[in-house]
Amino acid sequence: MIIAPLLKGLGLTLSRFFSRPITVQYPEEKLTLAERWRGIHYFRKDESGAATCVACGLCVAVCPSRCIFLEIGERDDGRRYPKRYEIDELRCIFCGFCQEACPVNAIKLGGGYEYVKYQRSDFILTTDKLLAMYEGKE
Amino acid sequence: MMEILYFVIEALVKNIVVIAVLMGFVAYVTLAERKILGRIQIRFGPNRVGPYGLLQPIADGIKSFVKEDVIPANADKPLFVLAPMISLFTMLCIFGVIPFGGTVHLFGRAVKLVIGDIDTGLLFVFAFATLGEYGIVLGGWSSGNKYGVLGSLRAAAQMISYEVSLGLITMGTIILAGSLRLTDIVEAQRHMWFVVYQPFAFILYLVAGLAEMNRTPFDMPEAESELACGFNIEYSSMKFATFYISEYTHMVAVSAIAATLFLGGWLGPFPSLPGLGPLWFFIKVCVLVFVFIWERATFPRLRYDQIMQFGWKVLLPLALANMVATAVVVALR
Repeated sequence: MIIAPLLKGLGLTLSRFFSRPITVQYPEEKLTLAERWRGIHYFRKDESGAATCVACGLCVAVCPSRCIFLEIGERDDGRRYPKRYEIDELRCIFCGFCQEACPVNAIKLGGGYEYVKYQRSDFILTTDKLLAMYEGKE
Repeated sequence: MMEILYFVIEALVKNIVVIAVLMGFVAYVTLAERKILGRIQIRFGPNRVGPYGLLQPIADGIKSFVKEDVIPANADKPLFVLAPMISLFTMLCIFGVIPFGGTVHLFGRAVKLVIGDIDTGLLFVFAFATLGEYGIVLGGWSSGNKYGVLGSLRAAAQMISYEVSLGLITMGTIILAGSLRLTDIVEAQRHMWFVVYQPFAFILYLVAGLAEMNRTPFDMPEAESELACGFNIEYSSMKFATFYISEYTHMVAVSAIAATLFLGGWLGPFPSLPGLGPLWFFIKVCVLVFVFIWERATFPRLRYDQIMQFGWKVLLPLALANMVATAVVVALR
């Protein structure tokens, strides 16, 4: 009466012992990311290789953690461009509001999720870093 | 004169070989436990250090060596240092009487593959198994920690409860073999293992052995969830590792005794092939160690009062009944 469940439990664990582990061996194998995964930001490039950003400031306004810093510059023809555009990744909560707010689809959240760095300052994403991240994506 | 010299050399070599093989085996039992527990929980277990994680015990050893050794301010220092040593020493002593094989002829001498073939072998085993509990009791008490004291109190209570049953359970095999000498007990199983005559005693021995070596489901002295590791709560560094090693040595010892008493020790299925004794013994011990790891992954820890109730109201009567039945059958035969 009390022995049978004990043996049943032993049988269950033994069957598990001969089954294949389901662990993903992380650095060697990785899970495929969801399509709408929100990882590290990047800037979309235009044909000339510059950022498509028009420095409207909507991402700055919508950012709940206020981690985007924007200094607006103006070209000779009157078009605005981001003179300084920085995202503090340590403050960012990866909500993706900036990519939704962007009227020209300039700022995007990519698939990168491995960012371990030695310096805190390395986590400040500048325009150059954001553009560099675009390489080889989409 | 030369005879004494040969004797000393033989004893020394046996001691060194047994301790070296045993410690290596124990190190890999810890790895096997983590691996098997992992596989039962559908994960891999340690597989990062070396191929298949085979160097994990070495990494663990180095880690525990270089850790800081903390002795609490209100600990009883001599006893605190002594406790892990008592634990390990007594467990190693048990292997002094366990026969690993029959008699082999080496360099013109008949060498018995046992360190000390004493005629009260089983008594010796139980004496030292009981002494080993002193390490746990003293370790918990001398660390000056409430949880430690609770753990050692439980260890003492559990020891008293289950040693009695353990002794009575093995009585059946002693009656069948008619000797306390472990080599005689193995020789008596030449035609049939005692597990066939004594199946209940074998099961009861495994249960009582679990309680004896403080393993799940009877790991009351170090119940993590209630006592935060119990008796070894204040131990760190190599002292903790020594407790750990002695615990696993104890598991191997209980397996070795079970193999000797019930599974025919070094006797294998092919008596025509000599010199394979230690191999058969090793295989039997490995199987029993696997069983102990397997049940650990299966059963939850019992409550303290349930353990006491089980020990005195179930295990002891069953052990007594088994002993009386064996005695009656042997007497009437």
